[in-house]
Amino acid sequence: MLKSLTVFAGVLTAALALPHGAKAADPDPRNWDAVLAEAKGQTVYFNAWGGSENINSYIDWAGETLKQRYGVEVVHVKLDDTANAVAKVLAEKAAGKDEGGSVDLIWINGENFASMKRQQLLMAPDWTTGLPNWAYVDHENKPTILTDFTIPTDGLESPWGGAKMVFFHDSARTPADSVPHSSAELLQWTQENPGRFSYPQPPDFIGSSFLKQVLIETIADKSKLGQPVTEASFAEDAAPLFAYLDKMHPNLWRGGKAYPQNYPDMKQKLADGELDIIFAFNPSEASAGIAAGELPDTVRSFTYSDGTLGNTHFVAIPYNAAAKAGALVLANFLISPEAQARKQDPSIWGDPTVLSMDKLSAEDRAAFEALDLGVATLKPDELGPALDEPHPDWMEHIEGEWLRRYGAAN
Amino acid sequence: MTGGVRLARLAPPLTLAILLGPLAFGLTGTALPALGYLPELGGESFTTAHFTALGEVPGITRSAVLSILIGLMTTLVALGAVAAFVASDLGSSGFVRMRRMISPLLSVPHAAAAFGLAFLIAPSGMLMRLVSPWLTGLDRPPDLLIVNDPWALSMMAGLIVKEIPFLFLVTLAALPQTRHVETMRLGRSLGYGRIASFTILLWPPLYRQIRLAVFAVVAYATSVVDVALILGPHLPATLPVRLIDWMNDPDLETRFLASAGAVLQLGVTLTALIAWIGLERIGAYMVGRARNCGHRMQRDRVVRAAARLVMIASAAIVFGGIALLALWSVSGLWQFPDALPANFSLRSWMQALPRMSGPLFTTLAVAGLSTLIALVLTILCLEREYETGRGRGGGALLLIYLPLIVPQISFMFGLQVLSIWLGVDASFSALVLAHLVFVLPYVFLSLSDPWRAHDRRHDLIAAGLGMSRARTLMRIRLPMLTRAILTAAAVGFSVSVGQYLPTVLIGAGRLTTVTTEAVALAAGGNRRVIGVYAFMQTLLPFLAFSIATGLPGLLFRKRRGLQV
Repeated sequence: MLKSLTVFAGVLTAALALPHGAKAADPDPRNWDAVLAEAKGQTVYFNAWGGSENINSYIDWAGETLKQRYGVEVVHVKLDDTANAVAKVLAEKAAGKDEGGSVDLIWINGENFASMKRQQLLMAPDWTTGLPNWAYVDHENKPTILTDFTIPTDGLESPWGGAKMVFFHDSARTPADSVPHSSAELLQWTQENPGRFSYPQPPDFIGSSFLKQVLIETIADKSKLGQPVTEASFAEDAAPLFAYLDKMHPNLWRGGKAYPQNYPDMKQKLADGELDIIFAFNPSEASAGIAAGELPDTVRSFTYSDGTLGNTHFVAIPYNAAAKAGALVLANFLISPEAQARKQDPSIWGDPTVLSMDKLSAEDRAAFEALDLGVATLKPDELGPALDEPHPDWMEHIEGEWLRRYGAAN
Repeated sequence: MTGGVRLARLAPPLTLAILLGPLAFGLTGTALPALGYLPELGGESFTTAHFTALGEVPGITRSAVLSILIGLMTTLVALGAVAAFVASDLGSSGFVRMRRMISPLLSVPHAAAAFGLAFLIAPSGMLMRLVSPWLTGLDRPPDLLIVNDPWALSMMAGLIVKEIPFLFLVTLAALPQTRHVETMRLGRSLGYGRIASFTILLWPPLYRQIRLAVFAVVAYATSVVDVALILGPHLPATLPVRLIDWMNDPDLETRFLASAGAVLQLGVTLTALIAWIGLERIGAYMVGRARNCGHRMQRDRVVRAAARLVMIASAAIVFGGIALLALWSVSGLWQFPDALPANFSLRSWMQALPRMSGPLFTTLAVAGLSTLIALVLTILCLEREYETGRGRGGGALLLIYLPLIVPQISFMFGLQVLSIWLGVDASFSALVLAHLVFVLPYVFLSLSDPWRAHDRRHDLIAAGLGMSRARTLMRIRLPMLTRAILTAAAVGFSVSVGQYLPTVLIGAGRLTTVTTEAVALAAGGNRRVIGVYAFMQTLLPFLAFSIATGLPGLLFRKRRGLQV
């Protein structure tokens, strides 16, 4: 007993005596050799959503490769919500921990990025355009790489993958010629097929994206979406959206009294036969689901003829990261042709690349062209136009209004 | 060992510091932002605006009231079932069988049991599959709101089946400290039915011993997050779920609202406890009436059958749910209305196992160490209490129960700030300390009542025979209380294994346990992966409880008086 107490006292003392991190200048990606030298031996804590085994395996692979080539250790900190990592950095700032922070790299976009940028929680200035592999990035043709939900990225986050809203149905139950090709047609479809469509409950990311899709299609003046919300006219601007939802909700799954939790929940419900039409932000999700035995091989994809939401997801480095050099090396590796081609393989992950095929060597391009995108994946020219994300302010406003109107429906 | 007993003097203040320090700081760290003070977010003056905003959140009253009702209903039904069953079957062979069957259920994590139940009762779930399409004619699941129902009935069911084993085990641990055989015999000989004998004679002293455990159940059920996420209502959700949503909101301003909500949560849990004390009074009055009116109430067969049914059903639901999750973990495509998967695959296990060793080691190390420290401190505190003669009434040790009653989410953010400020976040020792805040009360709660009820005449006799106090402790009290100590250890161990919020916040994502991995993966909603982790999460506490229940039987094979 005495011994245990001594051990305990020791633990207590050790816990209280841990030193704080030491100050160092930020590494400069334009001096890459110095970055590599500094990164060697560092451990990068990569904070990324951990809800998908496919993605977790991919991150494991990236970590092992980095360790072999550059001596950088990567630890995947699996988040159930990216905002937790934002909150962690904020808590560290609150506690005055301006160096040696616990988050080195964070998988991010949209309102989380907007929030961190506004609170100055990110490593600055521009580091992404200095990365050696930036040369391959298709920032000319993919405007969402430089503008994240209308917020200029200013080189504070490095692109990782593309995303586009795509719908899925099971052709064994729902014939391909009966699926809707616009929000208006979807509304009509739900009236003809009550109880077989729903969307994840906002503020789930995918659910909120559905609201934005309808907003873009129904708002009278689309140019307003590039700007922050005008409080005075918001009710009027959003009126068509909520009229649409009011009409749709009685015919939703469970009559709109409960909602799926998130995308994977919808995928499960498609397999269970509870839902007939679902949607995701990754065009190859259906093929990946078939490959994993989660969905029947009769599932197919479709999009809207006038376009669906498209965006880019990124990685960013917090201002107080402990292993900034290691984080730079990882961010650079993630946009290498090798890592991007592997990521686009549906049997690995199936996430669309951010690179420009024209900028790649013939050999690297061949690797992309050799990929079998899967039976349920639409070809790039079938994906339809990409609609720009509205300013993050809109998302906050329509989420708030959604909660106010439907959040206490019971 | 003399040194150990002398050290007992230090134990109570040390214990209190460990428990109340984080609690006080955490609550301060929550209360200040609730009142508008959080300079890092630009909140530099005090205001009640955030409480006003909280009051204007749609459905907030319903969320709060629902949480209170869930706390009361869950506890009432679970406690009623346990009490009726003990009354009905104490001393029978069925009782022993039930004990063997129910005890392992304690080791099933709440989230896993909830997932299992959800898949059992959902319109596309197992029960419907078993009767479709041959009976129902359905080849598509019906569009019925069963899981996530607005009145939280499925959520209460999920909590009840999990609280029954906890309350049953706590009752079992307290039972040997009452003269239950003689008491029941007395009641029976006066012509009372079994239920009546138990309720009038045995229940009052028994309940006094398990009362704090019951309080903990009330508090837990009012503030639970994971079960509510899986089974609870959505529109609006219960208060704790809404708090988590606000804390996770990318708009950091929402933290003020979340903090105000955390203070409200504190009030909700307190209200539920006060209401529970009211129910206790009513119950005591009714027991008194029943006693005075003299009815023998011999026809209690229906109540007894119902109690048995609830106990068996709760065991069947949890076991069935876990078995289904295990089946999911090896299933390929499994569509409605198939009662079995179309094909099987080890893919989920192959992917998960290689990545599980690190979290598994952390889980075992943190749970083992925090439980050991908690046991030592608890025994020293109880020894000190015995020595000074100050019992439950005046002792400051009652404060030990605060961490069980104060909802975790109400003080966790503040605690996180403290750990970062001290520079100890993500360190192993800080994680052990954080777990200790929750493990220690449960260990103390499990052990203190049997310990205090221990017949002191044993010690007097030992002293009369010239034994020192330390020797009495080692040779008499500890062996006689082995069962209670091992049960307390198993409870502590499983509490540590199940900790989510403290592990995520203090471990800063760098120290991960099986539970944090499970919850992160559960966000993906993949039943196969959930199955793998739920199985692992269940296995660890199951082993601990197996040891706790099996070992005393082995040790005391030849000592009849120490068997239940």
